[in-house]
Amino acid sequence: MDWALLAIQFLNGLQLGTMLFLMSAGLTLVLGIMNFVNLAHGAFYMLGAYIAATAYRASGSFWLAGMVAVPATFLIGVAVDRFCLRRLYDRDHLAQVLGTFGLLMFFNELVRVIWGPAAIFAAVPTSLESAVELLPGMPFPLYRLVILLVGLLTGVVLYLVIAHTRLGMRVRAGASDRVMTASMGLNVTLLSTFVFGAGAALAGLAGYMASPMVAVQSGMGDPILIMTLVVIVIGGIGSIRGALLASLLVGITDTLGRVYLPVMLGAAFTPAVSNALSPAITSMLTYLIMAAILAFRPQGLLAARTG
Amino acid sequence: MLTLLNGMGWVALLCLGAWAPAAADEPLKIGFVSTFSGNAGVLGQHMYDGFMLGVDHAGGKLGGLATDILKLDDQFKPDVGLKLTRELVEREKANFIVGFVFSNVLLAAAKPALDSHTFIISGNAGPADFAGARCSPYFFSASYQNDFNDEGAGIYYTNKGYKRVYLLAPNYVTGRDALAGFKRTYKGEIAGELYTKLDQVDYSAELTQLRAARPDAAYVFFPGGFGINFIKQFYQAGLRSEIPVLSKATVDMTNLPAQGDAAVGSKEVTHWNWDLDNPANRRFVGDFVKKYNYTPSIFSESSYDVAQLIDSAVRDVKGNLSDKDALRKALETAQIQSPRGSFRFNSNHFPIHANYVIEAVKKSDGTLTLVTEQKLRDEAGDSFVSQCAMK
Repeated sequence: MDWALLAIQFLNGLQLGTMLFLMSAGLTLVLGIMNFVNLAHGAFYMLGAYIAATAYRASGSFWLAGMVAVPATFLIGVAVDRFCLRRLYDRDHLAQVLGTFGLLMFFNELVRVIWGPAAIFAAVPTSLESAVELLPGMPFPLYRLVILLVGLLTGVVLYLVIAHTRLGMRVRAGASDRVMTASMGLNVTLLSTFVFGAGAALAGLAGYMASPMVAVQSGMGDPILIMTLVVIVIGGIGSIRGALLASLLVGITDTLGRVYLPVMLGAAFTPAVSNALSPAITSMLTYLIMAAILAFRPQGLLAARTG
Repeated sequence: MLTLLNGMGWVALLCLGAWAPAAADEPLKIGFVSTFSGNAGVLGQHMYDGFMLGVDHAGGKLGGLATDILKLDDQFKPDVGLKLTRELVEREKANFIVGFVFSNVLLAAAKPALDSHTFIISGNAGPADFAGARCSPYFFSASYQNDFNDEGAGIYYTNKGYKRVYLLAPNYVTGRDALAGFKRTYKGEIAGELYTKLDQVDYSAELTQLRAARPDAAYVFFPGGFGINFIKQFYQAGLRSEIPVLSKATVDMTNLPAQGDAAVGSKEVTHWNWDLDNPANRRFVGDFVKKYNYTPSIFSESSYDVAQLIDSAVRDVKGNLSDKDALRKALETAQIQSPRGSFRFNSNHFPIHANYVIEAVKKSDGTLTLVTEQKLRDEAGDSFVSQCAMK
């Protein structure tokens, strides 16, 4: 076993995990606190990436692109909430799934109309293009380290805001008992809109951070939305800490599984068999974790204390 | 939304069928079935634009007949493709069905056409089945057999003297076929072989393995959006200066603008490139850029040849579309001025043509382009022709 290689792969998994966390934090907030199933979350990720790529191209500054993309997705989230989703709050989850899935398709078509069907260009800023030699002979892209830090920092900030500020207290109160909180004189509708916008902004942040690494194209949010849903089920719906733990767990399992399963199976079977088997098992790996969680701990790893 | 639009398309198609005039002066009817919606819709558009330029070059009348083209979207769905070909055969009585980006759609959709002796000329998909065991007198490919470029890649790397090559592709049938095709002709050692998940957007783990294996070179197949993700992340991992990478359908004219500088130095195996120096190609590329304002891709070129093939064959039989045997022979022996240079059909109705290695380079004005590095093979066929007993 090559330990340096394993360490780098572990770091790769951690980085994928933080990316998933940025997505799942927003989704778990909306689902846990507002009891609202939001499949349009993937669309905010896509919009964040498109807006960031366009702003980066126009301004030449990656940081400015982020300063545009994140508030823009916040505002889009607020607008979507006010004009479309508010009507769905009191409906059952099926209506919410249908409504937000419709929005997802709407946004996928909208970006095709605005930016065209082909993927658009987005690059890593030159200042972050280099690689850091963490271990001898094992360079790690600096940009991925930045994502790792941004993700972890976001987690800490979110935790502090929700657990230790007045705003966080109100959000938690609204989540535990909507009616009671409203009767205490708090504008719960406004609070919900704010939470929804914040969730969208987090997805926009994820899209902005991912845009230099992935194809910025219509529907880019769909695969990551599925992973995100898996993460929040594993972590416990509504729990930020759960989302962080589950993101890292899924990121690391997925990464290590992709690399080491073929090796392990290769030792047990002929190359033809292991080559056929390992991608199939890797694809199932995260879903197997989810199934196990649903069977033995349906509330998730760290169930939200509020909801 | 998509389904609604498609529904409207269907209504339009049904109406066309109902209102079609009785066969007095019979027009040439062509069904163009390709993927026009979703992210792969770009490919369908590249194909259609190439085809329509071919129609223009024939004076708007393929083979001298009034030409009626039905543009239909298969939505990248095999069942939709099948429905469309059935409709084209039974209701529209189409003379030719052309297009087809994806092999899985073509494999599902071809039967009603081939059973009813309606010609299919594929503008991209070239599955091994139709080149070998299931070859049909009514099926032609104007593009290339799917494994053609992979086999070319194996030859290229063997010639280069690379001893150990690392292979990467997404885990689905075309990805597996691509790497199998490479291994058919590559003589060296395989340093490693990894298949990625189809919903995967992050390749950090695979790239780390690739680097750790220290191969002489890598051969990869990541079509469409996969290719944008892979090439960007490959570059970001700092591998560009360490490991030469060769690919097919990964660094092409549809992906290059989104890959940007990350693609510079990447090599690709192909059967055609826009810069090939022959009169037919200069005319094709020149007129294409003038008409559509973008550089044509292999998708456009193949479909341009489809139009030329129909034009040549229909002219040859003097517009008599009912004599299928004569039409088939005319297609088999068609002499066209293909932008590839040489083009003729093998006994399995797949092309015999040249094979090139091209490279992504940055021009002095900062834009990116693909430049032909070398001609790899001249007049080459595919590996499945021996399995085809053309009846």
